[in-house]
Amino acid sequence: MEPIIHQFPPYRKDAAPSAHDDHGHEHHEPNFIQKYIFSTDHKIIGIQYGLTALCFLLFGFFLMMMMRWQIAHPGNPVPVIGPLLEKVLGHPAANGVISPDLYNSLGAMHGTIMVFLGIVPLAFAAFGNYVVPLMIGAVDMAFPRVNMASYQAYFLGGLVMFVSFFIPGGAAQAGWTSYSPLATTIPTHGQLFWIIGMVLLITSSLMGAINFIATIIQLRAPGMTWMRLPWFVWTQFVTAFLLLLAFPPLEAACIMQFMDNVAHTSFFLPTGLAVSGTLAHISGGGSPLLWQHLFWFLGHPEVYVLILPAMGIVCEILANNTRKPIWGYKSLVYSVLAIGFLSFIVWAHHMYLTGMGTKISTFFQATTMIISIPSVIILTCLFISLWGGSIRFNTPMLFVLAFLPMFGIGGLTGLPLGFNVSDVHLHDTYYIIAHFHYIVAPGTIFALFAGIYYWFPKMTGRMMNEFWGRAHFWGSFIFMNMVFQPMFAQGMAGMLRRMSNGGANYSAAVNARNGAEVIGGLSPFIMSLNTWILWGAICLGIVQIPFIINLFWSIKHGEKIKNDNPWDSTTLEWQTPTPPPHGNFLHPLRVYRGPYEYSVPGHATDFTPQNEPPENVPAPTLSPAR
Amino acid sequence: MEIPYTVHARPDTGLYNAKIGIWLFLASEVMLFGGLFSAYILLRVGADPGTWPHGWQDVTLGTINTLVLALSAVTTLMAWVACKVRQFGKFRFFHGCTLLLAAAFVVIHLTEYNDDLTHYEIHLTNGLIADGHMLENNPKENHVMIDGRYVKSESDLIDLRGQKIHDTEIKIPRSEIKDMQSYGPWHNDYMALDFTMTGLHLLHVLAGSIVIGFLWLTGPKMWGKDPERFTNRVEVSGLFWHFVDLVWIFLFPVLYLT
Repeated sequence: MEPIIHQFPPYRKDAAPSAHDDHGHEHHEPNFIQKYIFSTDHKIIGIQYGLTALCFLLFGFFLMMMMRWQIAHPGNPVPVIGPLLEKVLGHPAANGVISPDLYNSLGAMHGTIMVFLGIVPLAFAAFGNYVVPLMIGAVDMAFPRVNMASYQAYFLGGLVMFVSFFIPGGAAQAGWTSYSPLATTIPTHGQLFWIIGMVLLITSSLMGAINFIATIIQLRAPGMTWMRLPWFVWTQFVTAFLLLLAFPPLEAACIMQFMDNVAHTSFFLPTGLAVSGTLAHISGGGSPLLWQHLFWFLGHPEVYVLILPAMGIVCEILANNTRKPIWGYKSLVYSVLAIGFLSFIVWAHHMYLTGMGTKISTFFQATTMIISIPSVIILTCLFISLWGGSIRFNTPMLFVLAFLPMFGIGGLTGLPLGFNVSDVHLHDTYYIIAHFHYIVAPGTIFALFAGIYYWFPKMTGRMMNEFWGRAHFWGSFIFMNMVFQPMFAQGMAGMLRRMSNGGANYSAAVNARNGAEVIGGLSPFIMSLNTWILWGAICLGIVQIPFIINLFWSIKHGEKIKNDNPWDSTTLEWQTPTPPPHGNFLHPLRVYRGPYEYSVPGHATDFTPQNEPPENVPAPTLSPAR
Repeated sequence: MEIPYTVHARPDTGLYNAKIGIWLFLASEVMLFGGLFSAYILLRVGADPGTWPHGWQDVTLGTINTLVLALSAVTTLMAWVACKVRQFGKFRFFHGCTLLLAAAFVVIHLTEYNDDLTHYEIHLTNGLIADGHMLENNPKENHVMIDGRYVKSESDLIDLRGQKIHDTEIKIPRSEIKDMQSYGPWHNDYMALDFTMTGLHLLHVLAGSIVIGFLWLTGPKMWGKDPERFTNRVEVSGLFWHFVDLVWIFLFPVLYLT
């Protein structure tokens, strides 16, 4: 029997911890602001991140809905919110119609918000903050105050991005990639807001990344060796390294673009640049390619920042609901490490069409094909893990099961983009939009939904409603595909992205010749898919309503869980009280086994928690000779 | 609740938390400055032949600044050693020196900025270029005064290495000025890189000075409570300071000597 550490607060099992419990030995009652705004508790910060990121995801979704309306019905006023748009944004939304400038803003900010303010904070910061310290048996993160500062920098960055919609000229318009010289020559200060927002977000993820790596290296409980880490922790570990090392070059690029915009330098502005038909008054000599290299040096590792934590969540839930060990744990670990290294040398496959040279293209084509190998190993391990399991089909598991083929589609459709010959045709079309959305939307976001349904009981002590969870799943599954599947067809037919009228000018070329086939013309069928996608998006929005209601309703009214480990899981985050108090564990922990010891033959239950001492498990014996 | 390994090293990693934290932070800083240095390489390699400036910075001032920072690295190390042998008075002396050296670096560097920003290249209507330090630039007067010289074309201004330049006072009527530009970051890519890279470095120097100044001022309190923890803080801030020095060791040859 190990001694109880007395600095932990006394814990009452059937009551939610009061403010007093939460702060234990510091004998003062934290008020609401101290507890929820300036909290240094990794769990509160995780929830802060989660709620903020969900709000931004919803906001980014609305931006997308407006764009889809404009694409399907170019030049028509936006229904319902059109007058509001005109009132808030003024001229760019005159008569409730989305102007091309506003469309560009919506597109740029949809990408920025979804990637940097939605998915990364939710997948990395929210789940990472809440789950990783619990999973490794730590009392908190290594640097709790840096953790708080990280959230605040994120919130501030989000605020700057959000406010930029309402300044004269509107938000940034140069795409989420902010290519120069376009980004410098568009006459709006939105780009400056974008840069400042990005620097704040980079600062935030830098602090988060340092914190995660230090926590995972230093604060693992005794016995939690590297190969006993749940795979989710490994994915977060690699993700943190990607954020740590890939983001700073973008920060450098942002500083240079800031100088271009403010101090009139020419880092990214070439000699002889003409703006609106006149020669720009600049010193010149800059390189637009430089921006693209620096951006994509972040941009490609960023893709793995988006997907790796999602894969980690999938792995945990999959093992738990198949009730058997993950197949190929070590392969998963080495694969995720390989992805981490390789993701730094594939960035220029986003730039095949920039004229950087065929030799460079060939190099990056090769590395791109190589990085698909560990990705396929991961997906294969996860698929094989299903084999022979008695699968529990609950809501998180449904999302996880949908993740596998959806990510498969997203990944396989990436191969033609990785080859520079086929990329010439597909580059900058709706095909690539469909490709990466399959990775991120029905891929990552499904995994995030799964994670929310899965860890919700640990955060609140109650389950989310199962029926509405399933309704949410089936609706999302059907309409996600309804939205993104047609885009493959549109892209292969040659429909370009970033056209504010959804390709109407292309189809006009067809109509002008009485419907005869014109090279580059889009057929009426391809154009009609725009309406189909719009309705898919609307329905996708509607089926999120049960989720939002379920999420908040279940905090107070969900079914109470009967014990601290409602899913019968092996990992350490379930070996805490519910919800975990400040300091997490009631007793010092020791870890004796790997993370996925499900259905161990001879064990009383079909799961063996990592901290269960070995004497409770019967030693394997040799059966008597027949 | 107490977070383990804040002061003493974890046995299997041999590190306390903050030390891992600072090394990770420095790794990201390497990438940040790495991004700027790669921009330098790309822009310099991509520049048209004969357009990349040489010898535009004052090597004497640069050398002095290099020595100042190198000396501050020594005093930083000595301050940490003083903490290790538990001699707080010596810590205060050495880090006091570090702060003075940092201040000297900042002052010298701001002087150089001032030189750049008051140095003008003036294109005249007769095709000549007047280049020199602005002495008088009063908008009410219809002439400017510079301490400089005339050159025939911009290419005469590109490579100033080993040139003996004889400056004289030149009075130029405003009517003869076609275009006038100081040597700020807008002047060309070299000046842009110079201001951006040394500017970011200067911000790091200031940030490091604030941290060291904080330790210097509030040190006695923590020293009395937990000298080991304070020593760790000095070590961590010292690592950052050494990194800042190291960046300068790269900046100096890249911007001053080549």
